[in-house]
Amino acid sequence: MYSKDGENYFIVDGHVALWDGSPQNQANRYGKGFIECFYDYHRNLSPAEWVWPLEKFMKYSEADFVHDLFETGYVDTAIFQPAYLSDFYTHGFHRRDAALALCGQYPDKLVLNEAWDPRYGEAGLERLEALAAAREVKGVKLYTAEWKGDSKGWKLTDEWSCRYLAKCEELGIRNIHIHKGPTVYPLNRDAFDVADVDDVATAFPGLNFIIEHVGLPRLEDFCWIGTQEPNVYGGLAVAIPFMHSRPRYFAQIIGELLYWLDEDRILFGSDYAIWHPKWLVEQFVDFQIPQDMQSEYGVLTPDVKRKILGLNAAKLYDLKVPAEASASSSTDRVPA
Amino acid sequence: MTTATRTSVDVLVWDALGTVLDPELDQPITDLGFVTEVRVREESSSACTALVRLRLPTYFCAPNFAYLMVADAHDAVRGVDAVTGVEIRLEDHFAAEEINAGAAAEQGFAKTFPRQAGGELADLRLTFQRKAHLACLERACRQLIQDGWQIERLARATLSDLCDGPDAESLLRRRADLGLATGPDARLFVDDHGDPVSAEKLPARLRFAQAVRVSVDGNAHFCRGLLETRYGTRVPKEDAR
Repeated sequence: MYSKDGENYFIVDGHVALWDGSPQNQANRYGKGFIECFYDYHRNLSPAEWVWPLEKFMKYSEADFVHDLFETGYVDTAIFQPAYLSDFYTHGFHRRDAALALCGQYPDKLVLNEAWDPRYGEAGLERLEALAAAREVKGVKLYTAEWKGDSKGWKLTDEWSCRYLAKCEELGIRNIHIHKGPTVYPLNRDAFDVADVDDVATAFPGLNFIIEHVGLPRLEDFCWIGTQEPNVYGGLAVAIPFMHSRPRYFAQIIGELLYWLDEDRILFGSDYAIWHPKWLVEQFVDFQIPQDMQSEYGVLTPDVKRKILGLNAAKLYDLKVPAEASASSSTDRVPA
Repeated sequence: MTTATRTSVDVLVWDALGTVLDPELDQPITDLGFVTEVRVREESSSACTALVRLRLPTYFCAPNFAYLMVADAHDAVRGVDAVTGVEIRLEDHFAAEEINAGAAAEQGFAKTFPRQAGGELADLRLTFQRKAHLACLERACRQLIQDGWQIERLARATLSDLCDGPDAESLLRRRADLGLATGPDARLFVDDHGDPVSAEKLPARLRFAQAVRVSVDGNAHFCRGLLETRYGTRVPKEDAR
């Protein structure tokens, strides 16, 4: 919980990871390139005092994770969004065993999402069933640009993908987090295009589709879909750190999101360990749309921030919110 | 060839590269800091080769856009009279080898990525030319509204209503790319195909155009920042358009 100026904020970090991108785990040059790319994101958008050395960034400890999120980062509940990247990392990028152990230690503070890949066909469906039988699974993270041999990605509308989505519905896995990447077949098309999300959001109205990174670099396409599909949500990971280095740009992003989606469908995420939740939470609570943009975008009230920082995700994941951090009844965003 | 003429060929090559746009960001690769080096090598009295090194903000930048930039750079530099040979070398990219070889052999994208591409890149380019046009149109309309135009009247505005300046020039260039009319009497607010947008539909279209403009500008900020971080250099012309 974070408190400032008499307002309380229940914090759900909707996008965290415990990864191993160390040289020992890198299977090839792609694994090296991937973690270096993450590190550039980290260095480019973090305040200088929050930048880690590369060695720590490649593999940090469980103690770092607990300290950064729960002891200093104000996070009440964090959601693991796994990325295995098995073609890049010998033992997978996501440290599932370690994450699962942490969940055992902090059952009220951690949610472990699973992942699936439709290219595993029937065997993958059985694995998903087994995972859901072993413990409650509330969500999955899908990375459509994950490589698998010659295949450089897949689409949500693929036949097998729809079978997996139907299986999620059957198993009560309602939250489908989607991350678009640069290499989806066919490569001549725009891999970041989110049109396939539109199709499956219509076909599976009982599922929630959370587009991570609010569709960046296709914010406009994401906004267009979000306005038509009530079960489409946007995760702010990657977008939110811009408020530090480019506050006017961030104001436009959040302004567009509030215009097209409304304040109930935007979720906070740090993308830890790319960014640290402490400075993100503090700066977001202090953030305001610049005065000259307010006639267009309105202002961010504490209620809007409360929803984005935790209450929206708490609804999707059935998390218990303490009474002192529930939304107040005051009117929300001042209309433009 | 003397040093003076070699220098002037360098300048011509840089100028030619300045016409190559990142299709996604709608800005010249020279402004974005994507050109690492231009080297002109004299082969004989009548032949010289231009070597161009390119770099991108990340190792995993989308290979289709990367291919377009490398292929466009080939075409642009080949168009420089004094240059008889061209080598464009994309570096530090996961698919650099395939892209460099494919673009040099002019074999097209589908052959460069035989099992992974379902065709060429014309549709991709068109999609992003349309986005670029929409973003420029929004900037032009925003200026008119600031100058006192009512939104309803924009449906009747023509290109002659624009003030001269970089925004108007950008819009005309994007219209020309799409084959849309560029004469002073042509309607300003047209759709992707050049058809006028009615006064009823215009506000919604303009609002979407704003989201496109925010997105394109934002991606350019991000890519510039990542390139600076990756290479430890400052990219000049921050807000050039």
